[in-house]
Amino acid sequence: MFDARPQHNEYLRHRAQQFRSQVARRLDGSLTEDEFKPLRLMNGVYLQLHAYMLRVAIPYGTISPDQMRTLALLAEKWDKGYGHWTTRQNIQYNWPKLVDIPDMLDALADVGLHAIQTSGNTIRNVTTDAYAGAAADEVVDPRPYAELLRAWSTDHAEFQFLPRKFKIAISGGEKDRAVIAAHDIGLRLRRNEAGELGFQVWIGGGLGRTPILGQVVREFLPEADLLPYVEAIISAYNLAGRRDNKYKARIKITVAERGLDVMRDEIEAEFLNRRAVFTGVDQDMVAEFRAVYAAPAFRNETDGDYEERRAASVGFRSWTDTNLSTHKAPGYASVMVTFKAPGQTPGDASADQMRLLADLAERYGHADLRISHDQNVVLPHVHKSDLFALYSELKAAGLATANAGLVSDIVACPGMDYCALATARSIPIAQEIADHFRARDIEDEIGKIDIRISGCINACGHHHLGHIGILGLDRAGVENYQITLGGDGYDIPAIGQRPGAGFPAEEVVPAIDRIINTYLDLRDSAEERFIDAYRRVGAAPFKAALYPVNA
Amino acid sequence: MSKTFTPSIATPAVITANDLRMGHCVWMRDGGWTADPREAQLFEDEAIAEIAMLDAIGQANLVVGPYLAEARRGPDGRPEPTHFREAFRRRGPSNYFHGIQAELEASNV
Ligand code: HEM
Ligand code: SF4
Repeated sequence: MFDARPQHNEYLRHRAQQFRSQVARRLDGSLTEDEFKPLRLMNGVYLQLHAYMLRVAIPYGTISPDQMRTLALLAEKWDKGYGHWTTRQNIQYNWPKLVDIPDMLDALADVGLHAIQTSGNTIRNVTTDAYAGAAADEVVDPRPYAELLRAWSTDHAEFQFLPRKFKIAISGGEKDRAVIAAHDIGLRLRRNEAGELGFQVWIGGGLGRTPILGQVVREFLPEADLLPYVEAIISAYNLAGRRDNKYKARIKITVAERGLDVMRDEIEAEFLNRRAVFTGVDQDMVAEFRAVYAAPAFRNETDGDYEERRAASVGFRSWTDTNLSTHKAPGYASVMVTFKAPGQTPGDASADQMRLLADLAERYGHADLRISHDQNVVLPHVHKSDLFALYSELKAAGLATANAGLVSDIVACPGMDYCALATARSIPIAQEIADHFRARDIEDEIGKIDIRISGCINACGHHHLGHIGILGLDRAGVENYQITLGGDGYDIPAIGQRPGAGFPAEEVVPAIDRIINTYLDLRDSAEERFIDAYRRVGAAPFKAALYPVNA
Repeated sequence: MSKTFTPSIATPAVITANDLRMGHCVWMRDGGWTADPREAQLFEDEAIAEIAMLDAIGQANLVVGPYLAEARRGPDGRPEPTHFREAFRRRGPSNYFHGIQAELEASNV
């Protein structure tokens, strides 16, 4: 089996050197832009509206303090002091100069990070649950498998020219927190009745222009068969996927056009061929990765003054109520640090904030950090006795906003403030909505709700999966926003539905306000979340509020 | 946005692109490039615009992706964008005052 593990830093430096020479040849005229563009995209370099953009992969969102410090260094030395977390567990730098990018890649290589396959028609960064290895409901930590998929897919010769980009997500919890139904391949770890470990395998999900939820192609795949089966799926798609039309080239279209059963037959046939030549090296690697991702030595201590602190401080109590998740180890919690403070651009992290998180992870979090797909950072393992100290330090840095999962914890793509493909802006809309509900002071009363915004149909902000989704469009040269309702990326995956016509920018906040008021009026208790109420009553009352007849 | 249309007196245009090394937006002026959109040359004649576009494409060692962007003549005779996308390109992002616009302003003080 091909082994190109990107933690082999020499290899990464070699790749950076190669790109350095390609940049030099572009600048001296020996490469045209048409020749250069695919080469820069292979290194995660896009040209955006106002500048280049470098997209760095954070493998399945897991990052060490030293790697985080390197991300901070890049922001400070070669960008404008900040980076932007994406919905695919990557970080984007919005202002690098082309001539500096080889230096940035060198700095990343020093800590085993890179931008390989963060663009192009290849297998992209494998994503997983930000609470992997920590969540109380976990069947098994998905990261050893994610690492196997990464090692295998990086520079895999067969899969460098797929019909289109390819995204794999893997989930290890009872609850899916990796949105596996919205991926080209979704893998869900589970045990069968005999107690054996395996995967439920989904294929054909994706958002973008034609949002489609994936379907289960295999109910139970023994864990040892993961690689040959994934190879078989991608190989079948590589052959059958359309290459005549960019918009029809995703596996979701291949499955929709040919039918799940036809695809399954081809995959299973190919799987038998492939499995026969597997030697077992992959299983040795999983075992090795399992050791790497072994649980840290959890402390067996009392909660200290945690409860007294909670009783004494309203701010601390509210933060613990909102931003913590249940941990599998007694005495521990997982902490969500949101990058959605008042006035902040959703997902933007300054170099200072990144460094602080690296320090705090070392001091209080077993040196572990995760980038979540809602553009936040998780400290997966914090002992309760340390929570108040952690909170105090976060608070001093403006990072203790108690809004995880609330109305101001909005996921937003860069939109037309940065993106060359955008049809409208998304950042200012996200900021206005958050400001509005903070001013009304009803965030806690509204409770958990997922608002997601994209600046074009490519759906980088995952608007289809928002309980309330917002899509920015260009209507005759004016920004216009389409609202969708009822999407869900978590418990019951669903694509949001469009209740009616879009709104001009200045009417978006009032429209969202009417939706929220309608919900507050009709929910059966404060515990009934927006999405549950929407499912119970349907779209009609929200439609009536959005489009009053006499308006 | 490489919309093709014919510049004329009724629908004037500027030629714009991104700087190859730095990535920022630039506009054509006297056959060269400026980061100040107010200094851009306004094309109101199809034939002249066509020749200028060929010239711009020929400067691939300096700029990436030149295209004709619709503009109008402002009250002071200088070009102004007609579409919000072009307005954002000259103004920079709305969340931070960053980019070449900020640098130009800083250097003017
Ligand atoms: C500003 C630079 C960006 C560019 C040029 C870009 C480009 C694209 C394109 C072309 C697509 C469409 C793919 C398709 O048709 O299947 C897409 C989809 C997507 N992008 Fe981005 N994107 C950018 C930023 C982001 C950011 C900031 C995020 C996260 C906030 C993100 C995450 C995604 C996701 C999750 C999808 C959904 C695709 C799917 O599920 O099929 N991208 N992007
Ligand atoms: S959704 Fe569109 S506007 Fe937003 S980042 Fe993706 S491509 Fe750009």
